[in-house]
Amino acid sequence: MFNLFLLQLLNGAQFGILLFLVAAGLTLVFGIMDFINIAHGVLYMVGGYVMAMMMGTTGNFWLSLALVLPVTLAVGLVLELLVFRRLYDRSHLDQVLATFGLVLVLSELVKIFWGSAPLSVAMPEMLSGSVPLAGPMRYPVYRIAVIGVGLSVAIGLWFVIARTRVGMLLRAGAANRSMVSALGTDINRLFMLVFAAGAMLAGFAGAIVSPILSVDPGMGDSILILTFVVIVIGGVGSVKGAFYAALLVGIVDTLGRMFGPILLRLVMEPAAAAQAGRTIAPMLVYILMAAVLFWRPAGLFGRKVSQ
Amino acid sequence: MSDLRPRLAPRLKLALVIFALLAVVPPIAQAIGEPFLIVVATRMMVFAIAALSLDLILGYGAMVSFGHAAYLGFGAYAVAILSRAGINDLLLQILAAMAAAALFAVVTGAISLRTRGVYFIMITLAFGQMAFFFFVSFSALGGDDGVALRARSTVLGIPLLQTTQGLFYVTLALLVAVFAGLYRLTLSRFGRVLTGTRESALRMQAIGFRPFPYQLTAYVIAACLCAIAGVMLANQAVYVSPAYMSWHRSGEMIVMLVLGGIGSLTGAMAGALITVGLEEGLARWSEHWRLGFGLILVLVALFSPGGLTGLLRRLNLIRGGK
Repeated sequence: MFNLFLLQLLNGAQFGILLFLVAAGLTLVFGIMDFINIAHGVLYMVGGYVMAMMMGTTGNFWLSLALVLPVTLAVGLVLELLVFRRLYDRSHLDQVLATFGLVLVLSELVKIFWGSAPLSVAMPEMLSGSVPLAGPMRYPVYRIAVIGVGLSVAIGLWFVIARTRVGMLLRAGAANRSMVSALGTDINRLFMLVFAAGAMLAGFAGAIVSPILSVDPGMGDSILILTFVVIVIGGVGSVKGAFYAALLVGIVDTLGRMFGPILLRLVMEPAAAAQAGRTIAPMLVYILMAAVLFWRPAGLFGRKVSQ
Repeated sequence: MSDLRPRLAPRLKLALVIFALLAVVPPIAQAIGEPFLIVVATRMMVFAIAALSLDLILGYGAMVSFGHAAYLGFGAYAVAILSRAGINDLLLQILAAMAAAALFAVVTGAISLRTRGVYFIMITLAFGQMAFFFFVSFSALGGDDGVALRARSTVLGIPLLQTTQGLFYVTLALLVAVFAGLYRLTLSRFGRVLTGTRESALRMQAIGFRPFPYQLTAYVIAACLCAIAGVMLANQAVYVSPAYMSWHRSGEMIVMLVLGGIGSLTGAMAGALITVGLEEGLARWSEHWRLGFGLILVLVALFSPGGLTGLLRRLNLIRGGK
């Protein structure tokens, strides 16, 4: 039982790390520009598809992964230039309309180019084994590598945000955009940078997850909503908040699906417990989010909402 | 009062034109031998009811709910559950759907209204997803696959909805009733206070109104009206599935409003009719219709702020403000 718990805990952490990679860029876009971007999940999907395509042509995992980064960065820059830039000053509703349209356009383009059937990406050989975990249980090396990579990205981001000039401007921008602009910083260029880097991180997440999950046109949708949950729990605009919230959401979601029915069996009939567990488990993260917002309407690490 | 009447007249006139045009769809569709147009128009009207209900909170109350499709689902599942229990009367089903929607809306609305702006959008999304996953895992009602209805509802024992025309005209009657009700409501004292909180909650508080009860009441009314649309959607499709309450649907409803122009009721209705019409039309034309539809949305957002109402206003076809 303890081994199973440890295993699921690691799976939850790995899922959380993935959510963090997608959420990091989006929370800054939300926070600094007060911009609702529904199309962020699509970039995650594009990362997965570019990875699958590169693997198909080069056959080399590392080369493909290295190519995903500039490609998704470029996609992010083009989108920013063509669409997002024109919407900064608009209402949330116009932003929802435009980015919802982008979701439809990009998902359909992906279906036209690659079809709707899920694609799979081979795992690199050197990471395809497993290591012994307490007792007879083993844990895949690849998932450990994902956790490791995600943690290094988190540390890198922390360094950039807490210790560099760009990071200082980002924090200032999240706190008071117009003040930063008035002090002579080109806030639009700063945002372009944030947006492109966020797109690259989301694409990167889509690429590294492709050997574990399959690549399909719905992958962006499912992660997008959880990313919103993460951002709101962590507090809009806070990368640190996004990190803790992502781990929390990943672990709660994974453990809830596994142990919810087991715990319910203590107080209910087995059949009823199984049914109730299946019903409650997917709702758990949303209940968590509602609870967090009930007690802290601006999220765990968010600033107090003005207005 | 008197100075408001002339400004409000154009949107009411436009709405009456829309109702008149809708009323002649069945005979014309029959005459040109394209009866499927009646089915398409029924779907358009169902979503027009849903869009009208969302306009009350989004357009008049500035509460951007991203989980409104949940109430569509409550309406649809009320039909599925009650018809399984042997209750087929449309009016009873509508009452039950409204009660269920109201209950969910009171609880989730009270929690959601603690937040503002982006957080409100996200928390309503979360509640919508909660409802969605509840019905996805509800295996007694088909879970993910949904469940087919045995027959359409009856009205006071009369199988009024069995024919395409009957369903069409009952839906039209409901649409007119919802529009008229909301039109009256938005002009009432309640509507004025709600519009006031949209413009400035702080000022409303300063002149002695607590926004919360008004906002929550509007949220519950909108939920109840959307449940009516859900009841009709289930009857139209003779099938109920959790897909009705997915976040995509909620997004689509916001799209309808923004496309038509918010806060005028007529805009919401026109937006819904155009969106569903566009979807059905493009879908008939190509399986990759979402590409064209998405492009239209992006272009409208970029180049026509205020949606179609804004466009008409800029072309001086409609005078005056909101």
